[in-house]
Amino acid sequence: MRSTVATLLAKELTLEWRTRESVPAMVLFSIATYVVFHFGLDRDRVTGDLASGVLVVTLLFAAILGINRLFVAEHEQGGFDGFLLAPVDRTAMLVAKAVALFCFLCIVEVFALPAFALLLLGPPLTQALPALVLVLLLANAGIAVIGTLVAGLAIQTRARDLIVPLLALPLLVPVVLAAARSATPLLQDGGAGALPGNWMAMLAIYDLLFALIAFAVFDFLLED
Amino acid sequence: MLTGAFAMVFFYAPLDADQGFVQKIFYVHVPMAIVALIGFVAGGICAVMYLRTRATKWDMRSYVSIHLSVILAVGVLVTGSIWARASWGQWWVWDEPMLVSFLIVFLLYATYWPLRFSLEDKEKQARYASVFAIVAGAFVPLNFAAVRMAEAYIHPQTGATVAGGLPPKMGLTFLVALIGMGLLFATLVKYEMASKHATFRLRALRRKLAGDDDDLMLSGRSAAPQL
Repeated sequence: MRSTVATLLAKELTLEWRTRESVPAMVLFSIATYVVFHFGLDRDRVTGDLASGVLVVTLLFAAILGINRLFVAEHEQGGFDGFLLAPVDRTAMLVAKAVALFCFLCIVEVFALPAFALLLLGPPLTQALPALVLVLLLANAGIAVIGTLVAGLAIQTRARDLIVPLLALPLLVPVVLAAARSATPLLQDGGAGALPGNWMAMLAIYDLLFALIAFAVFDFLLED
Repeated sequence: MLTGAFAMVFFYAPLDADQGFVQKIFYVHVPMAIVALIGFVAGGICAVMYLRTRATKWDMRSYVSIHLSVILAVGVLVTGSIWARASWGQWWVWDEPMLVSFLIVFLLYATYWPLRFSLEDKEKQARYASVFAIVAGAFVPLNFAAVRMAEAYIHPQTGATVAGGLPPKMGLTFLVALIGMGLLFATLVKYEMASKHATFRLRALRRKLAGDDDDLMLSGRSAAPQL
Protein backbone atom coordinates (compact mmCIF):
# COMPACT_ATOMS: atom_id res chain seq x y z
CA MET A 1 0.00 0.00 0.00
CA ARG A 2 2.67 2.46 1.00
CA SER A 3 4.86 1.89 -2.04
CA THR A 4 1.81 2.12 -4.31
CA VAL A 5 0.88 5.44 -2.80
CA ALA A 6 4.45 6.67 -3.11
CA THR A 7 4.59 5.64 -6.77
CA LEU A 8 1.27 7.26 -7.58
CA LEU A 9 2.20 10.41 -5.72
CA ALA A 10 5.54 10.63 -7.52
CA LYS A 11 3.68 10.22 -10.83
CA GLU A 12 1.24 12.93 -9.82
CA LEU A 13 3.94 15.41 -8.86
CA THR A 14 6.08 14.65 -11.93
CA LEU A 15 3.06 15.17 -14.13
CA GLU A 16 2.30 18.52 -12.54
CA TRP A 17 5.97 19.51 -12.72
CA ARG A 18 6.12 18.72 -16.43
CA THR A 19 2.78 20.12 -17.54
CA ARG A 20 2.47 22.90 -14.95
CA GLU A 21 -1.24 22.86 -15.46
CA SER A 22 -2.99 23.32 -12.10
CA VAL A 23 -0.69 25.07 -9.67
CA PRO A 24 0.26 28.15 -11.75
CA ALA A 25 -3.38 28.61 -12.65
CA MET A 26 -4.37 28.40 -9.00
CA VAL A 27 -1.70 30.92 -7.98
CA LEU A 28 -2.69 33.36 -10.69
CA PHE A 29 -6.33 32.90 -9.81
CA SER A 30 -5.76 33.69 -6.14
CA ILE A 31 -3.75 36.81 -6.90
CA ALA A 32 -6.39 37.96 -9.37
CA THR A 33 -9.03 37.33 -6.72
CA TYR A 34 -7.18 39.55 -4.23
CA VAL A 35 -7.21 42.31 -6.80
CA VAL A 36 -10.92 41.76 -7.35
CA PHE A 37 -11.51 41.86 -3.59
CA HIS A 38 -9.59 45.12 -3.42
CA PHE A 39 -11.96 46.73 -5.88
CA GLY A 40 -15.04 44.88 -4.71
CA LEU A 41 -14.56 45.87 -1.09
CA ASP A 42 -13.05 49.22 -2.04
CA ARG A 43 -10.38 48.96 0.62
CA ASP A 44 -6.62 49.26 0.59
CA ARG A 45 -6.06 47.06 3.62
CA VAL A 46 -8.10 44.47 5.46
CA THR A 47 -7.74 43.23 9.03
CA GLY A 48 -9.25 40.77 11.46
CA ASP A 49 -12.28 38.79 10.37
CA LEU A 50 -12.48 40.44 6.96
CA ALA A 51 -8.87 39.53 6.25
CA SER A 52 -9.28 35.92 7.30
CA GLY A 53 -12.50 35.65 5.29
CA VAL A 54 -10.90 37.02 2.14
CA LEU A 55 -7.89 34.77 2.56
CA VAL A 56 -9.81 31.56 3.19
CA VAL A 57 -12.47 32.14 0.53
CA THR A 58 -9.85 32.95 -2.08
CA LEU A 59 -7.91 29.81 -1.27
CA LEU A 60 -11.14 27.81 -1.37
CA PHE A 61 -11.99 29.04 -4.87
CA ALA A 62 -8.46 28.41 -6.03
CA ALA A 63 -8.76 24.91 -4.61
CA ILE A 64 -11.96 24.36 -6.60
CA LEU A 65 -9.94 24.98 -9.76
CA GLY A 66 -7.47 22.32 -8.72
CA ILE A 67 -10.23 19.91 -7.74
CA ASN A 68 -11.77 20.31 -11.17
CA ARG A 69 -8.52 19.28 -12.83
CA LEU A 70 -7.62 16.52 -10.41
CA PHE A 71 -8.79 13.45 -12.30
CA VAL A 72 -8.98 14.91 -15.80
CA ALA A 73 -5.75 13.33 -17.02
CA GLU A 74 -6.82 9.88 -15.80
CA HIS A 75 -10.22 10.30 -17.37
CA GLU A 76 -9.01 11.48 -20.75
CA GLN A 77 -6.00 9.22 -21.15
CA GLY A 78 -7.53 6.04 -19.77
CA GLY A 79 -5.44 6.07 -16.61
CA PHE A 80 -8.35 4.64 -14.64
CA ASP A 81 -8.33 1.42 -16.65
CA GLY A 82 -4.61 1.06 -16.21
CA PHE A 83 -4.92 1.61 -12.51
CA LEU A 84 -7.78 -0.85 -12.15
CA LEU A 85 -5.84 -3.51 -14.04
CA ALA A 86 -2.91 -3.16 -11.67
CA PRO A 87 -3.09 -5.50 -8.69
CA VAL A 88 -3.10 -2.76 -6.07
CA ASP A 89 -5.50 -1.44 -3.48
CA ARG A 90 -7.85 1.11 -4.99
CA THR A 91 -7.77 3.30 -1.94
CA ALA A 92 -4.13 4.03 -2.79
CA MET A 93 -5.49 6.27 -5.56
CA LEU A 94 -7.48 8.27 -3.03
CA VAL A 95 -4.54 8.68 -0.69
CA ALA A 96 -2.13 9.63 -3.47
CA LYS A 97 -4.53 12.11 -5.04
CA ALA A 98 -5.39 13.69 -1.71
CA VAL A 99 -1.73 14.06 -0.77
CA ALA A 100 -0.99 15.52 -4.21
CA LEU A 101 -3.82 18.02 -3.86
CA PHE A 102 -2.56 18.86 -0.39
CA CYS A 103 0.91 19.56 -1.83
CA PHE A 104 -0.57 21.69 -4.61
CA LEU A 105 -2.48 23.76 -2.08
CA CYS A 106 0.62 24.23 0.04
CA ILE A 107 2.62 25.39 -2.98
CA VAL A 108 -0.18 27.76 -3.96
CA GLU A 109 -0.18 29.21 -0.47
CA VAL A 110 3.58 29.74 -0.54
CA PHE A 111 2.91 32.20 -3.35
CA ALA A 112 -0.54 33.42 -2.39
CA LEU A 113 0.20 34.32 1.24
CA PRO A 114 2.99 36.82 0.48
CA ALA A 115 0.84 38.27 -2.27
CA PHE A 116 -2.00 38.63 0.20
CA ALA A 117 0.27 40.28 2.78
CA LEU A 118 1.60 42.61 0.11
CA LEU A 119 -1.65 43.57 -1.55
CA LEU A 120 -4.33 43.56 1.10
CA LEU A 121 -3.30 42.63 4.61
CA GLY A 122 -3.06 45.48 7.09
CA PRO A 123 -0.99 44.19 10.02
CA PRO A 124 2.39 42.60 9.24
CA LEU A 125 2.24 38.90 8.53
CA THR A 126 5.45 37.86 10.26
CA GLN A 127 4.30 37.45 13.83
CA ALA A 128 1.11 35.59 12.89
CA LEU A 129 2.86 33.31 10.43
CA PRO A 130 3.58 30.14 12.48
CA ALA A 131 0.03 29.88 13.79
CA LEU A 132 -1.45 30.82 10.43
CA VAL A 133 0.57 28.08 8.75
CA LEU A 134 -0.90 25.58 11.20
CA VAL A 135 -4.44 26.75 10.44
CA LEU A 136 -3.87 26.60 6.71
CA LEU A 137 -2.32 23.14 6.90
CA LEU A 138 -5.40 21.81 8.67
CA ALA A 139 -7.68 23.58 6.20
CA ASN A 140 -5.65 22.17 3.30
CA ALA A 141 -6.03 18.67 4.68
CA GLY A 142 -9.81 19.08 4.80
CA ILE A 143 -10.00 20.60 1.34
CA ALA A 144 -7.75 17.87 -0.05
CA VAL A 145 -9.80 15.00 1.35
CA ILE A 146 -13.20 16.41 0.42
CA GLY A 147 -11.88 17.70 -2.88
CA THR A 148 -10.57 14.30 -3.91
CA LEU A 149 -13.84 12.66 -2.98
CA VAL A 150 -15.89 15.23 -4.90
CA ALA A 151 -13.55 15.10 -7.89
CA GLY A 152 -13.89 11.32 -7.96
CA LEU A 153 -17.64 11.63 -7.74
CA ALA A 154 -17.88 14.20 -10.52
CA ILE A 155 -15.31 12.96 -13.02
CA GLN A 156 -17.62 10.57 -14.84
CA THR A 157 -20.48 13.03 -15.10
CA ARG A 158 -21.16 15.14 -18.14
CA ALA A 159 -21.46 18.43 -16.29
CA ARG A 160 -18.26 17.98 -14.32
CA ASP A 161 -17.34 21.65 -13.96
CA LEU A 162 -20.81 22.31 -12.62
CA ILE A 163 -21.07 19.44 -10.19
CA VAL A 164 -17.72 20.01 -8.49
CA PRO A 165 -18.43 23.45 -7.01
CA LEU A 166 -22.04 22.57 -6.28
CA LEU A 167 -20.95 19.58 -4.22
CA ALA A 168 -17.75 20.95 -2.77
CA LEU A 169 -18.98 24.30 -1.49
CA PRO A 170 -21.62 23.01 0.96
CA LEU A 171 -19.34 20.20 2.08
CA LEU A 172 -16.52 22.64 2.73
CA VAL A 173 -18.59 25.18 4.66
CA PRO A 174 -17.50 23.82 8.06
CA VAL A 175 -13.86 23.93 6.94
CA VAL A 176 -14.19 27.53 5.77
CA LEU A 177 -16.01 28.48 8.94
CA ALA A 178 -13.46 26.92 11.25
CA ALA A 179 -10.44 28.13 9.28
CA ALA A 180 -11.74 31.68 9.02
CA ARG A 181 -12.62 31.81 12.70
CA SER A 182 -9.24 30.39 13.69
CA ALA A 183 -7.38 32.89 11.54
CA THR A 184 -9.36 35.94 12.66
CA PRO A 185 -7.43 36.74 15.86
CA LEU A 186 -4.13 36.14 14.04
CA LEU A 187 -4.75 38.88 11.51
CA GLN A 188 -5.98 41.57 13.86
CA ASP A 189 -4.56 45.04 14.06
CA GLY A 190 -2.14 45.55 16.90
CA GLY A 191 -0.64 42.14 17.28
CA ALA A 192 -1.78 38.58 16.77
CA GLY A 193 -4.18 37.19 19.34
CA ALA A 194 -4.16 33.69 20.69
CA LEU A 195 -5.14 30.80 18.48
CA PRO A 196 -8.69 29.68 19.29
CA GLY A 197 -8.31 26.07 20.34
CA ASN A 198 -11.88 24.91 19.90
CA TRP A 199 -11.99 25.96 16.25
CA MET A 200 -8.73 24.23 15.54
CA ALA A 201 -10.01 21.10 17.25
CA MET A 202 -13.16 21.22 15.18
CA LEU A 203 -11.18 21.60 11.98
CA ALA A 204 -9.02 18.63 12.90
CA ILE A 205 -11.99 16.45 13.82
CA TYR A 206 -13.80 17.34 10.62
CA ASP A 207 -10.72 16.48 8.58
CA LEU A 208 -10.38 13.16 10.34
CA LEU A 209 -14.03 12.18 9.98
CA PHE A 210 -14.15 13.00 6.30
CA ALA A 211 -10.91 11.14 5.74
CA LEU A 212 -12.61 8.06 7.22
CA ILE A 213 -15.76 8.52 5.12
CA ALA A 214 -13.73 9.02 1.96
CA PHE A 215 -11.66 5.96 2.78
CA ALA A 216 -14.83 3.91 3.16
CA VAL A 217 -16.65 4.93 -0.03
CA PHE A 218 -13.89 5.69 -2.51
CA ASP A 219 -13.66 2.08 -3.72
CA PHE A 220 -17.08 2.33 -5.30
CA LEU A 221 -16.14 5.30 -7.46
CA LEU A 222 -13.51 3.32 -9.30
CA GLU A 223 -15.44 0.29 -10.52
CA ASP A 224 -15.80 -0.47 -14.25
CA MET B 1 -52.96 11.06 12.63
CA LEU B 2 -51.69 14.34 11.27
CA THR B 3 -55.22 15.72 11.24
CA GLY B 4 -55.56 14.68 14.85
CA ALA B 5 -52.29 16.39 15.58
CA PHE B 6 -53.46 19.59 13.94
CA ALA B 7 -56.70 19.44 15.87
CA MET B 8 -54.67 19.15 19.04
CA VAL B 9 -52.46 22.02 17.96
CA PHE B 10 -55.43 24.32 17.71
CA PHE B 11 -57.70 23.15 20.50
CA TYR B 12 -55.61 21.40 23.08
CA ALA B 13 -52.19 22.98 23.34
CA PRO B 14 -52.06 26.18 25.40
CA LEU B 15 -51.02 29.43 23.80
CA ASP B 16 -47.43 30.40 24.30
CA ALA B 17 -47.23 33.17 26.87
CA ASP B 18 -44.53 34.98 25.00
CA GLN B 19 -45.27 34.43 21.33
CA GLY B 20 -48.98 33.81 21.30
CA PHE B 21 -50.68 32.18 18.38
CA VAL B 22 -47.67 32.21 16.05
CA GLN B 23 -45.96 29.68 18.21
CA LYS B 24 -48.34 27.05 16.79
CA ILE B 25 -46.24 26.87 13.65
CA PHE B 26 -43.74 25.10 15.88
CA TYR B 27 -45.85 21.94 15.63
CA VAL B 28 -45.43 21.90 11.88
CA HIS B 29 -41.97 23.31 11.51
CA VAL B 30 -40.02 21.24 14.00
CA PRO B 31 -41.47 17.79 13.21
CA MET B 32 -40.96 18.55 9.52
CA ALA B 33 -37.33 19.43 10.10
CA ILE B 34 -36.70 16.36 12.23
CA VAL B 35 -38.40 14.07 9.72
CA ALA B 36 -36.52 15.62 6.80
CA LEU B 37 -33.17 15.13 8.51
CA ILE B 38 -34.03 11.57 9.45
CA GLY B 39 -35.08 11.05 5.82
CA PHE B 40 -31.70 12.27 4.61
CA VAL B 41 -29.88 9.92 6.95
CA ALA B 42 -32.23 7.08 5.96
CA GLY B 43 -31.37 7.81 2.34
CA GLY B 44 -27.72 7.37 3.26
CA ILE B 45 -28.41 4.08 5.00
CA CYS B 46 -30.37 2.77 1.99
CA ALA B 47 -27.43 3.80 -0.17
CA VAL B 48 -25.11 1.71 1.99
CA MET B 49 -27.48 -1.21 1.49
CA TYR B 50 -27.44 -0.61 -2.25
CA LEU B 51 -23.67 -0.70 -2.41
CA ARG B 52 -23.66 -3.92 -0.40
CA THR B 53 -26.43 -5.76 -2.22
CA ARG B 54 -26.55 -3.99 -5.62
CA ALA B 55 -30.32 -4.46 -5.63
CA THR B 56 -32.05 -1.62 -7.45
CA LYS B 57 -34.79 -1.47 -4.84
CA TRP B 58 -32.34 0.01 -2.33
CA ASP B 59 -31.29 2.69 -4.77
CA MET B 60 -34.96 3.41 -5.33
CA ARG B 61 -35.58 3.70 -1.59
CA SER B 62 -32.62 6.00 -1.20
CA TYR B 63 -33.82 8.13 -4.11
CA VAL B 64 -37.38 8.36 -2.87
CA SER B 65 -36.46 9.23 0.68
CA ILE B 66 -34.03 11.93 -0.40
CA HIS B 67 -36.58 13.27 -2.87
CA LEU B 68 -39.28 13.62 -0.24
CA SER B 69 -36.88 14.96 2.35
CA VAL B 70 -35.85 17.74 0.00
CA ILE B 71 -39.50 18.62 -0.50
CA LEU B 72 -40.01 18.67 3.27
CA ALA B 73 -36.85 20.74 3.60
CA VAL B 74 -38.38 23.42 1.39
CA GLY B 75 -41.38 23.38 3.70
CA VAL B 76 -39.11 23.68 6.71
CA LEU B 77 -37.29 26.67 5.27
CA VAL B 78 -40.55 28.40 4.43
CA THR B 79 -42.30 27.76 7.74
CA GLY B 80 -39.11 28.54 9.62
CA SER B 81 -38.86 31.82 7.80
CA ILE B 82 -42.43 32.72 8.66
CA TRP B 83 -41.86 31.85 12.27
CA ALA B 84 -38.63 33.82 12.36
CA ARG B 85 -40.40 36.83 10.89
CA ALA B 86 -43.09 36.59 13.54
CA SER B 87 -40.96 35.97 16.57
CA TRP B 88 -37.60 37.57 15.79
CA GLY B 89 -38.84 40.21 13.36
CA GLN B 90 -36.72 39.11 10.44
CA TRP B 91 -37.18 36.61 7.63
CA TRP B 92 -33.67 35.33 7.86
CA VAL B 93 -31.17 35.53 10.69
CA TRP B 94 -27.60 34.72 9.80
CA ASP B 95 -26.17 34.21 13.25
CA GLU B 96 -28.55 31.35 13.83
CA PRO B 97 -26.82 27.98 13.51
CA MET B 98 -30.00 25.96 12.95
CA LEU B 99 -31.09 27.99 9.96
CA VAL B 100 -27.66 28.15 8.42
CA SER B 101 -26.88 24.47 8.82
CA PHE B 102 -30.27 23.50 7.46
CA LEU B 103 -29.74 25.74 4.45
CA ILE B 104 -26.33 24.19 3.81
CA VAL B 105 -27.78 20.69 4.01
CA PHE B 106 -30.57 21.71 1.65
CA LEU B 107 -28.11 23.19 -0.86
CA LEU B 108 -26.02 20.05 -0.73
CA TYR B 109 -28.97 17.77 -1.38
CA ALA B 110 -30.20 19.98 -4.19
CA THR B 111 -27.13 18.74 -6.10
CA TYR B 112 -28.45 15.20 -6.01
CA TRP B 113 -30.47 15.69 -9.22
CA PRO B 114 -27.83 17.42 -11.32
CA LEU B 115 -25.51 14.58 -10.33
CA ARG B 116 -27.99 11.89 -11.33
CA PHE B 117 -28.97 13.65 -14.52
CA SER B 118 -25.44 14.02 -15.74
CA LEU B 119 -24.69 10.29 -15.62
CA GLU B 120 -25.98 8.28 -18.54
CA ASP B 121 -25.30 4.75 -17.47
CA LYS B 122 -27.99 3.55 -15.05
CA GLU B 123 -25.76 1.33 -12.98
CA LYS B 124 -23.13 4.02 -12.67
CA GLN B 125 -25.80 6.56 -11.85
CA ALA B 126 -27.04 4.42 -8.98
CA ARG B 127 -23.54 3.78 -7.69
CA TYR B 128 -22.45 7.41 -7.76
CA ALA B 129 -25.72 8.62 -6.31
CA SER B 130 -25.31 6.11 -3.49
CA VAL B 131 -21.82 7.32 -2.71
CA PHE B 132 -23.18 10.85 -2.68
CA ALA B 133 -26.06 9.86 -0.42
CA ILE B 134 -23.68 8.22 2.05
CA VAL B 135 -21.32 11.17 2.16
CA ALA B 136 -24.17 13.64 2.46
CA GLY B 137 -25.95 11.49 5.03
CA ALA B 138 -22.84 11.52 7.18
CA PHE B 139 -22.45 15.24 6.56
CA VAL B 140 -25.88 16.05 8.02
CA PRO B 141 -25.06 15.40 11.70
CA LEU B 142 -21.48 16.62 11.26
CA ASN B 143 -22.60 19.87 9.78
CA PHE B 144 -25.07 20.46 12.56
CA ALA B 145 -22.41 19.81 15.15
CA ALA B 146 -20.02 22.13 13.35
CA VAL B 147 -22.33 25.06 12.76
CA ARG B 148 -23.82 24.75 16.22
CA MET B 149 -20.40 25.37 17.67
CA ALA B 150 -20.24 28.58 15.71
CA GLU B 151 -22.60 30.81 17.60
CA ALA B 152 -24.43 31.27 20.80
CA TYR B 153 -27.91 30.26 19.87
CA ILE B 154 -31.25 31.85 20.45
CA HIS B 155 -33.07 29.13 18.56
CA PRO B 156 -35.61 27.29 20.67
CA GLN B 157 -34.00 24.01 21.59
CA THR B 158 -36.23 21.17 20.54
CA GLY B 159 -34.07 18.67 22.37
CA ALA B 160 -35.42 20.18 25.54
CA THR B 161 -38.82 18.60 24.87
CA VAL B 162 -37.49 15.21 25.81
CA ALA B 163 -36.13 16.53 29.05
CA GLY B 164 -39.47 18.10 29.81
CA GLY B 165 -38.56 21.65 28.86
CA LEU B 166 -42.05 22.17 27.45
CA PRO B 167 -45.18 22.10 29.51
CA PRO B 168 -46.73 18.60 29.30
CA LYS B 169 -49.66 19.66 27.13
CA MET B 170 -47.38 21.20 24.54
CA GLY B 171 -45.01 18.28 24.78
CA LEU B 172 -47.78 15.81 24.07
CA THR B 173 -49.06 17.81 21.13
CA PHE B 174 -45.56 18.06 19.78
CA LEU B 175 -45.05 14.32 20.07
CA VAL B 176 -48.30 13.61 18.28
CA ALA B 177 -47.36 16.08 15.55
CA LEU B 178 -43.94 14.46 15.21
CA ILE B 179 -45.41 10.98 14.90
CA GLY B 180 -48.00 12.31 12.46
CA MET B 181 -45.33 13.88 10.30
CA GLY B 182 -43.31 10.69 10.42
CA LEU B 183 -46.31 8.68 9.30
CA LEU B 184 -47.00 11.18 6.53
CA PHE B 185 -43.45 10.76 5.33
CA ALA B 186 -43.68 6.98 5.40
CA THR B 187 -46.97 7.06 3.50
CA LEU B 188 -45.58 9.40 0.88
CA VAL B 189 -42.56 7.14 0.45
CA LYS B 190 -44.89 4.19 -0.06
CA TYR B 191 -46.98 6.10 -2.59
CA GLU B 192 -44.04 7.31 -4.56
CA MET B 193 -42.53 3.83 -4.66
CA ALA B 194 -45.83 2.41 -5.84
CA SER B 195 -46.20 5.09 -8.48
CA LYS B 196 -42.67 4.50 -9.75
CA HIS B 197 -43.29 0.76 -9.92
CA ALA B 198 -46.52 1.33 -11.83
CA THR B 199 -44.82 3.72 -14.24
CA PHE B 200 -42.12 1.23 -15.07
CA ARG B 201 -44.56 -1.63 -15.51
CA LEU B 202 -46.64 0.56 -17.81
CA ARG B 203 -43.62 1.61 -19.78
CA ALA B 204 -42.47 -1.98 -20.15
CA LEU B 205 -45.90 -3.01 -21.40
CA ARG B 206 -46.07 -0.12 -23.85
CA ARG B 207 -42.67 -0.95 -25.15
CA LYS B 208 -43.82 -4.51 -25.73
CA LEU B 209 -46.84 -3.24 -27.64
CA ALA B 210 -45.06 -0.60 -29.69
CA GLY B 211 -41.91 -2.52 -30.42
CA ASP B 212 -38.51 -1.38 -29.28
CA ASP B 213 -38.23 1.55 -31.72
CA ASP B 214 -40.29 3.95 -29.69
CA ASP B 215 -38.24 3.33 -26.59
CA LEU B 216 -36.61 6.74 -26.49
CA MET B 217 -39.74 8.63 -27.33
CA LEU B 218 -41.75 7.03 -24.57
CA SER B 219 -39.25 7.01 -21.79
CA GLY B 220 -38.57 10.73 -21.63
CA ARG B 221 -35.94 12.21 -19.42
CA SER B 222 -35.77 10.99 -15.88
CA ALA B 223 -33.01 10.60 -13.36
CA ALA B 224 -35.01 8.27 -11.17
CA PRO B 225 -33.72 4.75 -10.72
CA GLN B 226 -35.24 2.24 -13.14
CA LEU B 227 -36.37 -1.17 -12.17
